[in-house]
Amino acid sequence: MHEATTTSAPEAAQKPALAAVSPWRRFAAEFAESRLALAGLFLLGAIVVVALAAPFISPQNPYDLAQLDVLDSKLAPGERSSTTGQPYWLGTDDQGRDMLSGIFYGLRISLSVGVASTVIALTIGLVLGMAAAYFGGWVDAVIMRIADIQLSFPAILIALVLLAVLGQGVGKIIAALVTVQWAYYARTVRSSALVERQKEYVEAAKVLALSQARIVFRHLLPNCLPPLIVVATVQVAHAILLESTLSFLGLGLPITNGFQCLLSGKYWISFYPGLALFLSILAINLVADQLRDIMNPRLKK
Amino acid sequence: MLAFAIRRFGQSLFVLVVMAFLVFLGVYAIGNPIELLVNPQADEIERVRATAALGLDKPFVGQFATFLARAASGDLGRSFVYNIPAIQLILDKLPATLELALAATVIAVAVGIPLGLIAGLRPHSFVGRAIMAGSILGFSLPTFWVGLVLIMVFSVQLGWLPPNGRGETVLLLGIPVSFLTWDGLRHLAMPALNLALFKLSLLVRLTRASTREAALQDYVKFARAKGLAPRRVIGVHILKNILIPIVTVIGLELGSVIAFAIVTESIFAWPGTGKLLIDSINQLDRPVIVAYLLVIVTLFIAINFVVDVLYSLLDPRVRLGGAAAAH
Repeated sequence: MHEATTTSAPEAAQKPALAAVSPWRRFAAEFAESRLALAGLFLLGAIVVVALAAPFISPQNPYDLAQLDVLDSKLAPGERSSTTGQPYWLGTDDQGRDMLSGIFYGLRISLSVGVASTVIALTIGLVLGMAAAYFGGWVDAVIMRIADIQLSFPAILIALVLLAVLGQGVGKIIAALVTVQWAYYARTVRSSALVERQKEYVEAAKVLALSQARIVFRHLLPNCLPPLIVVATVQVAHAILLESTLSFLGLGLPITNGFQCLLSGKYWISFYPGLALFLSILAINLVADQLRDIMNPRLKK
Repeated sequence: MLAFAIRRFGQSLFVLVVMAFLVFLGVYAIGNPIELLVNPQADEIERVRATAALGLDKPFVGQFATFLARAASGDLGRSFVYNIPAIQLILDKLPATLELALAATVIAVAVGIPLGLIAGLRPHSFVGRAIMAGSILGFSLPTFWVGLVLIMVFSVQLGWLPPNGRGETVLLLGIPVSFLTWDGLRHLAMPALNLALFKLSLLVRLTRASTREAALQDYVKFARAKGLAPRRVIGVHILKNILIPIVTVIGLELGSVIAFAIVTESIFAWPGTGKLLIDSINQLDRPVIVAYLLVIVTLFIAINFVVDVLYSLLDPRVRLGGAAAAH
């Protein structure tokens, strides 16, 4: 059992593998069984590279007003700049920003907000969930009741109210996303920690008189990670989706509001950024889906 | 059973009061509405008079106490912008939101459950895989973007469907509804589909997962071994058992559909509570925001309560296990 559930735990690779194949390799092989998931992984890799390299590969820095030309506003995809003759592959918006560059930089923001909020929420959820499972009693009751109440309200509503109160900005939107997400992790960690706590290897560690901290962090924690990784992957996608939705409603980060341009027939201003967003989320979801299938022992035959 | 319901009801009331406080606390922190509502050229006396008229000069605790006492009697303050009772404003717009949410739920259930059942019974077939791939698409498409694309295609390019509004409504039991007129249906189609997409994908996956697990259970194997027709095994043995979690999720997700209607209503200019909320946030119309949140929170708590009680009626294990807040 120990062997089966640690395929992704950091220590697993260092320990001598019981089987001939290392857990990491078996994990990779299982992941590659789905071609769709592999495609998702490559797409995700490409998007991450584009987002990281945005300043180097974008034709234009959309935040540098000196590079914008008002005469080039609302150009259709493929049209050339009136001054430099440089083509705008995906057109320009109402302020003459190159849509392609805008999308590259936008992905950068979306991904970093998604990852940052997930990492913070995961850490908070992990600590609280572990505490709830390990200490039990009133600690457990208080933490899980708060999580229950929070989870009974839709994330978008909580985030909307928080942003309405906090105001706009990257830090504030991350704070709002963390607030709506921590409970998912706390609940997941708690439920798997409760199961793992009953297992023999924890008893064995206790018999060895290892310290509590060592048992929790080196024995219990790695074994609670697989379901958490699945939840975290899904939640990155959710965070990105939620951030863009809030921004669309005018409460997140300022984005090009494609809504007015839409009815005038200048479809590219709202179409292409949404497409990029959709592809990012799709890639993450494809990967998450396969991870879930691999890590769900109930579907194994 | 009664003890369970009463205990659960007590919890609901407690959550409601806590939420009321949080909502008030949160909204109290939003800017100063006086800045927006009073003419910038108004002198100090004018400002003080307006502040006092709106009750904004009292200390925070005093405002909350007044608010609670009034809320208990159904008075949630007057809208700063429209100068009519906030609760009336919300209740006027609520039917539109509920109609949209219910229409979306009906679409999600009518399409999602059959597709999920097919995908769950044949998880490795082409159709099963195609349905799953489709559901991943549905999960990944940003709702607001789908709405924009729908308008772009069906309203701007093809000109088939109107891009905004509710269309012609008729009164059904004194409530204006759109779905009984042809014009209203045409207005309802795109927003309802837009709102349904995410829940539809969710239902497909949930039904598929439950079906896959149920299909491996001994009672299903036994039913097959008895030589029952596949139709009966699926319709009675599998469907009946997976319906409990599915009904629960549909009930609980109804609240989420109402919340997500905020996005859809904003895109399609659907005159419901969600659009009103966004407008009120932008105009700092505090009483309307508070009234919206309290009405929605009450609605959620009521839905959760009903679902929990229904669940414990359907599945005695919940009640006997003492898990009060089962989801």
